[in-house]
Amino acid sequence: MSVHQVVIIGSGPAGYTAGIYAARADLSPILVASSIDPGGELTKTTEVENFPGFPKGIMGPDLMEEMRQQAERFGTRVIYDDVVSLDLSGDVKRVTLGDGTVLEALTVIFATGSAYRKLGLPDEDRLSGHGVSWCATCDGFFFRERVIAVVGGGDSAMEEATFLTRFADKVYVIHRKHELRASKVMQDRAFANPKIEFIWDTEVIGLGGDEALQSLTLRNVVTGAESTLEVSGLFIAIGADPRTHLVHGQLELTEHGTVAVAGRSSRTSVPGVFAAGDVVDPTYRQAVTAAASGTVAAIDAEHYLASLPASMKEMAA
Amino acid sequence: MTDVTDATFEQEVLGATGTVLVDFWAEWCGPCRAVSPILDQIGAEHAEKIRIVKLNVDDNPETTMRYQITGIPAMKVFRGGQDVKTIVGARPKPALEAELAEFLA
Repeated sequence: MSVHQVVIIGSGPAGYTAGIYAARADLSPILVASSIDPGGELTKTTEVENFPGFPKGIMGPDLMEEMRQQAERFGTRVIYDDVVSLDLSGDVKRVTLGDGTVLEALTVIFATGSAYRKLGLPDEDRLSGHGVSWCATCDGFFFRERVIAVVGGGDSAMEEATFLTRFADKVYVIHRKHELRASKVMQDRAFANPKIEFIWDTEVIGLGGDEALQSLTLRNVVTGAESTLEVSGLFIAIGADPRTHLVHGQLELTEHGTVAVAGRSSRTSVPGVFAAGDVVDPTYRQAVTAAASGTVAAIDAEHYLASLPASMKEMAA
Repeated sequence: MTDVTDATFEQEVLGATGTVLVDFWAEWCGPCRAVSPILDQIGAEHAEKIRIVKLNVDDNPETTMRYQITGIPAMKVFRGGQDVKTIVGARPKPALEAELAEFLA
């Protein structure tokens, strides 16, 4: 079995951009893209209006398809499988895939992004797919002429709420604060939409419905008053947590739960392992910042490989 | 995978003698496109145990409403006309096989 120079884990903007740079540096990267959601979170969005170079906007899935093609054009090999375990302890890292394949590599670029946060309510899993959803573009279609709610106050909550008004008669946005975290342009768009009504200072504390979601129990965080809101759909957009389960106990994490990297580099606590994208970023979390950090990781990996003794380089020859 | 429709659902799914899994999907659903080849594989590997068919939710609103589909991909297993298991959302192949284990053994 040959040892690869670089294995990239993740297929969002960070992973694919790392692929573009690593391939152009002649490192023959392998990119593990996942079996069910290659392209990552952006494949679940609609119009991306803030990625430079696309003045008219571009659809999220199209942007990711272009990035994949660009990475492949320079020789990145994309594998549509999932990483089930990682062994980062030796000079040669071992990446085990869902089909049992073990990839060996001198460097790993870890760009697994983040996973949607749940409300943490008892009936959430049971009603998931039965009115409770994390993906407006996937499931909005089923809520034609219904009354639904979005919980959250960031850009993704505003985007989902605005998108859902295409289908729903009414969209409540439930937010636990009195102001939004979303960007100004997204806020203005939501405020101007006659189908959207905001419910401020409020948390969702319960989900009702036997076969499918029928109502929400709400609590006003200022007054403590509880109320019931009848909706047939609830879209949860309360942020995401870095997806680090593969590296627990292997890489140092920060207090935010992201993978710790040295300064402005992508170097993790383990030599030869680099991290990029949302999995290292508790603050900015944009497609373009993720892409930029994928670049940093590829260049860091290239420098690390160049610094290895000849005996190790030969393993990947 | 065979396509079933509002018109053929009764005969192809509810009237079938064996186990049938219906994959509710749509063109615009990215996760549906990811799970479709996985279901093809499972169907091919367990052809004697389970028949896998797909139903386009855009073209077949009657069946989609009847089974209260509100998220796709939705995979429903039918036996003797009864809806006995529902899986919503794409999963990697090993996870799907585990959830369907009782129907594949």
